[in-house]
Amino acid sequence: MATTKTPVDNGVNVQALLGAREAVKANPQAAQFQWRAKCEWVYGTHSQTAIKKYFGLGQDQQHKSEFTFDTDHPEIFASEDKGATPVELVLAGLAGCLTAGVAAVAQMRDIQLRSVSATLEAGMDIQGILGADSDVRNGFDGIKVTYKIDADATPQEIQAIVAQSQKRSAVYDVITNPTNVTVEVV
Amino acid sequence: MSRCLTERSLDHVVLERGEVANSWKTERWDSLRLLTPNWQSRLPGFGYEGADPDGFRTMPETIAFLERYADAISAPVRAHTQVTSVRPSGDGYVITTSQGDWESATVVLATGACNVPLVPSLAEAVRTTIATLTPFSYRKPKQLENGGVLVVGASATGTQIAEEIQRSGRPVTLAVGEHVRVPRLYRGRDIKWWMDAAGILDERYDEVDDIVRARNVPSLQLAGSPERRTVDLNALTRIGVKLVGRLAGLRDGRAQFSGSLPNLCALADLKMSRLLDRIDEWAKETGVDSEVDPPHRLEPTEVDASPPLFLDLARSGIRTILWATGFRPDFSWLHAPVFDRKGRIRHDGGVVEAPGLYLMGMPFLRRRKSSLIDGASDDARDLSAHLASYLDGAPELPHPGRRNS
Repeated sequence: MATTKTPVDNGVNVQALLGAREAVKANPQAAQFQWRAKCEWVYGTHSQTAIKKYFGLGQDQQHKSEFTFDTDHPEIFASEDKGATPVELVLAGLAGCLTAGVAAVAQMRDIQLRSVSATLEAGMDIQGILGADSDVRNGFDGIKVTYKIDADATPQEIQAIVAQSQKRSAVYDVITNPTNVTVEVV
Repeated sequence: MSRCLTERSLDHVVLERGEVANSWKTERWDSLRLLTPNWQSRLPGFGYEGADPDGFRTMPETIAFLERYADAISAPVRAHTQVTSVRPSGDGYVITTSQGDWESATVVLATGACNVPLVPSLAEAVRTTIATLTPFSYRKPKQLENGGVLVVGASATGTQIAEEIQRSGRPVTLAVGEHVRVPRLYRGRDIKWWMDAAGILDERYDEVDDIVRARNVPSLQLAGSPERRTVDLNALTRIGVKLVGRLAGLRDGRAQFSGSLPNLCALADLKMSRLLDRIDEWAKETGVDSEVDPPHRLEPTEVDASPPLFLDLARSGIRTILWATGFRPDFSWLHAPVFDRKGRIRHDGGVVEAPGLYLMGMPFLRRRKSSLIDGASDDARDLSAHLASYLDGAPELPHPGRRNS
């Protein structure tokens, strides 16, 4: 009995990505992107960041609509809890980047995903940010990401997809490697 | 290549800036052994005839082997002849050397892929109180001060040197970037035996998905030792080497390491599994299965729950940094428009994008084994055939001759 395999669809346009890769190899200038965000202080520890415009492929671009993110501190920090904390948004960034990578790599490898969920945990000793102990860093002391993936693939293939996603992840790189940050006042 | 040209009665000279086997004599550390077994480190008509086919030649043995070969084929070597420039001229090339100039219709570039140790630019930030070495200046642990050593890079060179330095009583911290892990022995046979038998070393450059990536694969974490030991990260951890992530920054005497160590180790373990799966499949298909031990897998690479992300070099007693961060070829003397925007030679399996110019001995030049001693033979055979037909088609070209001699 002949069986036809249903084409794998994780919703990622792999052809477009491969095409983009070849195009930027031929024209590296087009690969220079700049991501942008604008933040307005609201009150207390509550701020609002808006994201719409960015630069890439040689010209100014913009998202279909503006995305806004409220950030705040929780009530146990004597704040109003009007939004997730900034460090929690970093976890959202990492999760989104790695998970997008999982979908893209799975599509490239012709593997059908059925469900993918990630749990993230990041420890932090707040003596750092409170200035209570100068030996304690401000940031995370580590991040743990746990994936549960149901897919048409062997456990080894799934491990390989997750490993490859980290290898090509922007946020993973931002977090695991140093990045220059310059802050000016105008 | 010389042997092939001689067989075709093609007049040629071999220009060598030092003596035969120069890099083996001057650019290798004392304890280095080939990482391919003796039976596999062969040249055409010149196999291994000693009593230890599964062993690994030392540097003196490798040098002697190459000297005997040069002699046996009566290679027309001009030693102590440094090429300072190769330039297109008319229908051929002018080769300027420390011993005078040559003209030739064709030139074969066989200077190898490892002329210059690569050292990251952040090395400039290392304080002068700390000694820095590359594999070219490293000879043996004794030359190092007592105290800690930071070895940067965990491929073949980094792992081998880290092991011997740790064993000398100097604590080693090893900064691990991308690497390729393999067992020395698998199912009772040498991994190079498997790669040879299963046709992996013979894979062609035009049959591989991404040749640029394949040519940039780091050297396998392999070492030649009489005990045929596996020198992987777990073996190093067992003798006390401390693993940290890729060196990502160096400032004010503080080294910064990437937080990606667990993933780089996972990637290497997965890649090794794929290689061993492929070997197992081949063994099954060919019936070799019944002649070897059953399949097995190595323990995953152990990584600390929280490897250090930085090291205060002075406070942690680091007295030396060894840059095992790779090599690059030096073609600064080649004045032909054959380089891409990243300074790499443009070629098709060794046929350079300039008439009459050929390249040998680079990683995956024509086959996966191209940069191994055993790879020279097939590549030379292919390229000398191309060279010969190029000369046949070329109108009235003189044979290589001295200018104004």
